[in-house]
Amino acid sequence: MSAAAAGVEARLPIRSDLDLVRVRQHVRQASATLGFGLVEQTKLVTAASELARNTLVYGGGGEVEATMVGDGRRAGLRLTFSDRGPGIPDLERALSDGYTSGVGLGLGLGGARRLVHEFAIDSTPGVGTTVTVTSWTARAPRPRGGF
Amino acid sequence: MNDDFPRPGAVSVPVLRLGDVLLVTLQGDLYDGMAARLQQDIAQAIVDSRVAGVVIDISGVEIVDSFLGRVLAEIAAHARLLAARTVVAGMRPAVALTLVELGLTLPGLRTALSTEAALELLGRADAARPGGPHRDAR
Repeated sequence: MSAAAAGVEARLPIRSDLDLVRVRQHVRQASATLGFGLVEQTKLVTAASELARNTLVYGGGGEVEATMVGDGRRAGLRLTFSDRGPGIPDLERALSDGYTSGVGLGLGLGGARRLVHEFAIDSTPGVGTTVTVTSWTARAPRPRGGF
Repeated sequence: MNDDFPRPGAVSVPVLRLGDVLLVTLQGDLYDGMAARLQQDIAQAIVDSRVAGVVIDISGVEIVDSFLGRVLAEIAAHARLLAARTVVAGMRPAVALTLVELGLTLPGLRTALSTEAALELLGRADAARPGGPHRDAR
């Protein structure tokens, strides 16, 4: 367990486009270590890339912290992106597709939210933005079950 | 974290000319600045080599985010203005699933399952050109 955590838990700076590559590589490696399937790995790395780019472009740089989480039945990877940038005044609008305050297609936040299992955002104008996403190695069994 | 992390100068994108087609092979993880430079290189190569088609092989690309998706769409748009057609070849299934969930379906981008299929797609169109619609028609 701690051996897995060693390859998973990290705090990485997001200051340049090379840092984006490092973040993607770490999330790829960490999600593989935790046993995510290829499609889930790809979704998680893509979401991390979108969020890290937001941190860099709109937040003026920041960092991401990767932590291993567990609920007793399955393992998960939690990524927390934080910056001390201008913040997002209208979160509802920022999460809708097509919204962009800079270059890009405006798919960053809303798109990233669809690629992960849990998504939380906390933004205060003038203070900064923190986005926390979590994905689990297997989705929880449906309530109706099947056994 | 480790010292063998590729430095900017160490990564390059091979651009080969095959007849009247430009074959661009993307591999590994492109950083943003490099993707932007690639756009300029391809546009210049289309004009310099007078090719009619561009095939971008992304079979070695593990993820396509909205930035790289936009870069690919823009390369196709540049090529179209320079009288060349673009086919993106070899997208991994996990990448296709992720792009759709991301909301990036890239409707203007022509795709093929392999480089061979992409070349065939362009070659067939070229072979049909004399009798069919004229690419250079006024």
